[in-house]
Amino acid sequence: MSDTEHALNGTKRNLRWALWLPLVLFVGFVALVMVGLYRPADRNVASALVGKPMPQFDLPAALPGRPGLDSKVLANGKPHLVNIFASWCIPCRVEAPQLGALAKAGVPIEGISVRDTTENLHAFLDANGDPFQRIGADDDGKVQLALGSSGVPETYVVDGKGTIVYQHIGEIRPEHLGLLLEKLKEAQR
Amino acid sequence: MIAELGLAALWLAAALAGLQLVAGGLGLTTRGAVLGEAVRPVAVVQGLLALIAFACLIYVFAVTDLSVKLVALNSHSMKPLVFKIAGAWGNHEGSMLLWVTVMGLGGAFVALVEKRLPERTMLATLAGQAFVSLGFYAFLLIASNPFERLSPVPMEGNGLNPLLQDLGLAFHPPTLYLGYVGLSIAFSFAIGALVTREVGPAFAKAMRPWVLGAWIFLTVGITAGSYWAYYELGWGGWWFWDPVENASLMPWLAATALLHSCGVLAARNALRAWTIMLGVVAFSMSMIGTFLVRSGILTSVHAFAVDPQRGTFILALLAIYIGGALTLFGLRASTVTEGERFALVSREGALVFNNVMLSAILGIVLFGTLYPLVAEAMGAKVSVGPPYFNPMGALFAVPMLVVLMVGPLLRWRQDKFARIGKGLVIPAMLVAAMALGLVVVGGVALLPFLGLALAVGLAFASLLPLRGRNLRRTPLPIWGMVVAHFGIAVALFGMSSESAFSIEKLVAVRVGEVAQVGPWGVKLDAVEPVAGPNWTAMEARLLVRYGVGGKVLRVLPQSRSFWAPPQQTSESALLTRWNGQFYAVLGGEAPKAEGGDRWQLRLWWKPFAPLIWIGGLMIAFGGFLSLIGRVMADLRRIIAKDKIAWRRERQGR
Repeated sequence: MSDTEHALNGTKRNLRWALWLPLVLFVGFVALVMVGLYRPADRNVASALVGKPMPQFDLPAALPGRPGLDSKVLANGKPHLVNIFASWCIPCRVEAPQLGALAKAGVPIEGISVRDTTENLHAFLDANGDPFQRIGADDDGKVQLALGSSGVPETYVVDGKGTIVYQHIGEIRPEHLGLLLEKLKEAQR
Repeated sequence: MIAELGLAALWLAAALAGLQLVAGGLGLTTRGAVLGEAVRPVAVVQGLLALIAFACLIYVFAVTDLSVKLVALNSHSMKPLVFKIAGAWGNHEGSMLLWVTVMGLGGAFVALVEKRLPERTMLATLAGQAFVSLGFYAFLLIASNPFERLSPVPMEGNGLNPLLQDLGLAFHPPTLYLGYVGLSIAFSFAIGALVTREVGPAFAKAMRPWVLGAWIFLTVGITAGSYWAYYELGWGGWWFWDPVENASLMPWLAATALLHSCGVLAARNALRAWTIMLGVVAFSMSMIGTFLVRSGILTSVHAFAVDPQRGTFILALLAIYIGGALTLFGLRASTVTEGERFALVSREGALVFNNVMLSAILGIVLFGTLYPLVAEAMGAKVSVGPPYFNPMGALFAVPMLVVLMVGPLLRWRQDKFARIGKGLVIPAMLVAAMALGLVVVGGVALLPFLGLALAVGLAFASLLPLRGRNLRRTPLPIWGMVVAHFGIAVALFGMSSESAFSIEKLVAVRVGEVAQVGPWGVKLDAVEPVAGPNWTAMEARLLVRYGVGGKVLRVLPQSRSFWAPPQQTSESALLTRWNGQFYAVLGGEAPKAEGGDRWQLRLWWKPFAPLIWIGGLMIAFGGFLSLIGRVMADLRRIIAKDKIAWRRERQGR
């Protein structure tokens, strides 16, 4: 063996502890992600539109004999819920009872039906109840995009001046009702 | 019916994995040795059952059976068939099923063809494989059953994320999965070797083809994913240091290091504990990456199912497998570390250097990916991007690339730089010439500058191992190494050129107007609506011309609207020339306030950008050549052995 020869491999006795280093690092990793998983994180994505006025739109009626939806209606002095939905959307079925309950409690709910047909919409409302005062047909999804909404269902709380107070992404579950009512109350002030 | 059949097959496969674990474990003891006989056939059947379950899932997706919840949530009857099929794995449950299927098939394949490992290590390996599979089976059967029925049956499905409606992406995840899960075999091998303490050249030679195979798939998957992000997301970039991308890069870095340390172990019986360690780390990175992007713990531009409960389940699996393997490593590694010695200046020395650099880069990527989590735990929201990853990565990548020019020329055990010095004169001159040229051109930032200069040197140096060889008789693994290293130079050149010379322009033009981007003249000829199978789009017709005398060519970027689920995507248009790529994206209609009827166009000229992916594919192809070479050599050896045995038998008579 020459002088230049080094023992790059072959762990010396005093380096044995190093064999446990990977495990120590991994335990640190697990601890870190445990904290991340269990800390109630702020997973709400705040829409850029919250606090801004509703975009102007005028949607034709989705069902014959029923009014369509004009954004001016939303500035009539009373708070509204605006619900974006579609008959082909499964979570929309899940939230239907909650919308029904809100309607019964006297909340004016306006619907925006996205890329739907009259027949399917009829079938959907017959099966799941019809909480809506007006339903506008957003056939090409333009209004939905203008609202910065990425999917169905989504629900907006709009105050009497037509300003968006709150955006709820995804289906409304029973546990969300309290929060929505509270936001509506805030909107009344 | 088919869904129930799939579920039954899944349960059976899980039961067999349990049997495989028990039989393999007991088979190692003296009293249960007879049980060991059962392990190989059980592993084969387990793999087949997993495959049946996966086939059933593909079937229910292909026929859009909306009574299956997963289909209703992720598919739609109006989708083209190929995307219906891809929908089977384009979601959380389906991709997990794909995961266990590939693991099961991998185990079955090992059971069928692996003859080189000592039988005891083989048993421990298959038991380890079954142990890992069991956790994932449990995960599927308990927390995310892909065959769950839905009542009432909906009239229509929810669709597939339109971003995933692209051929590239439809087949990109399975490729990556073959890589991730292929590493599970290396992981099981490492565990098997730790249990039986049999670590040596034979073990490395047995493990190497599996690592190589997994690494090839990972390389192809990452390359394809990068190209997909480049043309489909319409952002004009090819790497974003997004957690999802990092999740695929980290196992690749570990597998690359493993591949090289495996070579040292196979040829020189050194780096034993380190190789075992990398075997554990490579698959751990696959699992950690999957966990990070699936648990919703990190936010990413790639929309994946976000579900903390599932996250907890996978975290438990991680803790058991990785924690268990690392504990075993801590207990046993010191008993396998004895190996051959070598000098600092030697092939081994260069490979150790490569391993250390790759590990350092891996550490940097892992830290950068996790840092937002650390910061959040301390109450701050941050995101870590290119300003961290690029220079930190380069800090270790640049020395590695320099050593890469020298390493393959060095002899095993001990060598002198003086011996190989002459061969390096030309690469060094190339580097200097390129650097000088870039200084003259001016305005090139440090990293692309280094990248371009090193790339030309490396391209030449990587061919040097062929010097003085009879090219026809050069073994395929040598060709593989040369091609892969040349591919690195090619990819590096593409990356550096893209970042040094790209020209970007955002314009708002009326129909008939011409914009200029770099050497390209771009005329907006028309904007018209077009309809696809499940989308509608605005399509711009651009007439483009390279330079003054170039031919006029037509490109058609689109802005697509999908309606199930509703989402807008950009279909970029690309035009590839030998010296680069023209890239166009159609934005929306420009605001009326700015004059009306103008369309926003985002245009790029990216010199030599395609070399990034061509280089990536060359790297994978190099691996493929090596793999073929090694498998052929194995076959020849087996045939020769059989011949000898046959002759002996005849003589005996």
